Amino acid sequence: MKEFRDRRVIAGLLRKISRQARRAGPPVRLMEVCGTHTMTIHRYGLHPLLLGAGVEMMSGPGCPVCITPDAHHRAAIGLVTRRENLVLAAFGDITRVPTTEGSLQTAVPAPRSRVQVVYSPQDALETARRKPESEVVFFGAGFETTIPSIALAVKQAAGQNLKNFSLLPALWLIPPPLRALLDSKEVRIQGFLYPGHVTAVIGTAAYDFVAAEYGLPGAVAGFEPADILLAVSSVLDRILRGEPGVDNEYRRVVREGGNPRARALMEEVLEVTDAVWRGLGFIPRSGLRLRKRFQGFDAPGRFGLKVEAASDELPGCRCGEVLRGVISPPECRLFGRTCRPEAPRGPCMVSPEGSCLVYHKYSKQ
Amino acid sequence: MSARPKSEARSAKRTRPPGAAQAPADPGGRISLELGSGGRLMREFLRTHILGSFRSPLLRNLPDAAHLPRETALTTDGYVVDPIFFPGGDIGSLCVNGTVNDLVVSGAVPEHLSVSMILEEGLPEKDLARVLASIARAAAGAGVQVATGDTKVVRRGQADKLFIVTSGVGRVVARPETRRIRPGDAVIVTGTLGEHSLAVLLARGDFNLRSAVKSDCAPLGFLLPLWKQGVLWMRDVTRGGLATNLCELAEKLPYSILVEEERIPLSRPVRGACELLGIDPLYLACEGRAVMVVPEKKAGAVLHALVRHPQGRKAAVIGRIERKAGRPGELLLATQAGGLRKLEPLTSELLPRIC
Amino acid sequence: MCLGIPAKVISLDENGQGEVDYLGTRVKTNLAFIENARPGDWVILHAGFAISRLDEEEARETLSLLREMADLQDP
Repeated sequence: MKEFRDRRVIAGLLRKISRQARRAGPPVRLMEVCGTHTMTIHRYGLHPLLLGAGVEMMSGPGCPVCITPDAHHRAAIGLVTRRENLVLAAFGDITRVPTTEGSLQTAVPAPRSRVQVVYSPQDALETARRKPESEVVFFGAGFETTIPSIALAVKQAAGQNLKNFSLLPALWLIPPPLRALLDSKEVRIQGFLYPGHVTAVIGTAAYDFVAAEYGLPGAVAGFEPADILLAVSSVLDRILRGEPGVDNEYRRVVREGGNPRARALMEEVLEVTDAVWRGLGFIPRSGLRLRKRFQGFDAPGRFGLKVEAASDELPGCRCGEVLRGVISPPECRLFGRTCRPEAPRGPCMVSPEGSCLVYHKYSKQ
Repeated sequence: MSARPKSEARSAKRTRPPGAAQAPADPGGRISLELGSGGRLMREFLRTHILGSFRSPLLRNLPDAAHLPRETALTTDGYVVDPIFFPGGDIGSLCVNGTVNDLVVSGAVPEHLSVSMILEEGLPEKDLARVLASIARAAAGAGVQVATGDTKVVRRGQADKLFIVTSGVGRVVARPETRRIRPGDAVIVTGTLGEHSLAVLLARGDFNLRSAVKSDCAPLGFLLPLWKQGVLWMRDVTRGGLATNLCELAEKLPYSILVEEERIPLSRPVRGACELLGIDPLYLACEGRAVMVVPEKKAGAVLHALVRHPQGRKAAVIGRIERKAGRPGELLLATQAGGLRKLEPLTSELLPRIC
Repeated sequence: MCLGIPAKVISLDENGQGEVDYLGTRVKTNLAFIENARPGDWVILHAGFAISRLDEEEARETLSLLREMADLQDP
């Protein structure tokens, strides 16, 4: 599998892309939606290489930690600082997002409470099993790649009658913000790179509307450098043919129909709801919440929390515009100055997939 | 002091915009975990608080070991690793080798150590015995004597099992000469990277991972003869990993440093665990590996000497000092895929209490 | 996080709990979303779950396409 990172392969793909982009009219602006794509593109130095080949990649709202509003983070912080004997479990990057009340990492827990960084929702379940005397709240933020595993954790908790486990949900769907972005007409892009692992769950038909209603092509991409370039080339090909559509360029992992088992589980445990996104605002039917049957595992309900997103960012932070692909991180005045990885002003500088952190870490300035 | 120097003259020229030297991340004016990470925040803290409080000229460049009068070198270190026992080592072998290595890379033959221990009430005696035996074994292996020490006990909960503070004294036999570094000079690492950090991280049991990774904790005394073979600069690759340590060298030079991703030696288990956990091995601390700069003409002989030694079998030339790539003071990575990117020093702690 | 790694199934029980291997590291994994998962299968691992199978035939096809791109020889 080394070919996926081999420089001769990359060079060959770039030559092809260069020829295509020249005919299409450079620079061709494409948007990658997934934060892990942004990371791959910058980590391997592909952004400047693509620019040189006539393709400008803009990053979109694909970082679940970045688009989770302040209110959710503050709810989590409130739980661990004000409730005794409570374990707040979360993925690592979410614990470092700064809010007007500090971050989860810097919060001072109430007596016998703590923040636990977990790799999987299963770790949080295990903590709940091992410590029946503590409340364990899993602050679960994710897109459709992660949501099935969060749903499964809740279902298992229900099956095992675990009274001390609950979920603070920040669950987001990928297709609705694409529609919101395209409707806003803020971004001028000519095609999309669709997230490979999200699509492995939801299937390729989820993006048909982009082609059918907005006339834009897109390709599902994997996460190796060659995968990104194969997908870019595929989108350019459609642009040249004037044929919007969705191509699957990650066929070794993505089946057209997605993963029916994972989707069935999501369907069983969760239902679609309206949601407010950081930076993008209100998007109808773009989030998920626990179904009535599982309401007992909803942490906001259990602890009487109001999680209402209001105006979120710390002053000067343009994370919202970065998430919408309107500006690239260096265009924000705070970038690299008062907003740096060690002193972040917004979530885009905290999450390993946040565009600002990725740019700062990986781009040769 | 096991700290990373930042040349102040150079930093005055290459300033970030005003307001960039901020207080530590925690707005409450308290010590944050980031300060111990070995990254940018820690260095700013050192400049403000340490250099601001102590006036000795010996401290000015925040060296790993101070070269005192009469060819004596002195270093000190604190050890708070969690857990205290891990595959490939423990806090005992760590405190000896870490101290010894600070002396070796500053050009001194390690001779004596002091070991000061802070014990938590309730620590099992057999654990303490195991650590002490480990210290004794490591000291013998490194050819140093534990000459003096101290023990304190604090109440349960006021220390986490066991903390150790050491100092080490050695005899100066060489001095790093960063001023003689020139474009074309080779950057060499003495072995595979990242093993110590990963071994400690996995030993915490937070992840449901099983791996064969063992800490690389070991004494670097075998590198001492290389000073006479022309080595210009050496650093043990601890906190902040290869990238942070090379960034700090780069900042002192009127050149850039270019490292080739493909040449960096990484063992298969480290590669695997890092990809799984989403960790960048270039920022992982080792405790038995060094990175060095050697004049172009002498690199072949130095590498040859390294690979012939059991501890240096995987040594490799990973890059060079550059004049034409990037800007002076930068550390650049030529990626596997043929791209080029700038490496920044570690900013906030990836993994707390690794050493 | 979309971080997904191709890993090989080493073992699994009837509840879908199992272990996969990635470059020598063993990871406790939930295989509930993979139909008929068996030891020896390759899956994509994400946050302790297998979210999809790796299709070896498709992988081979993509590899040979990439080799063409680089004008490399096809073994």
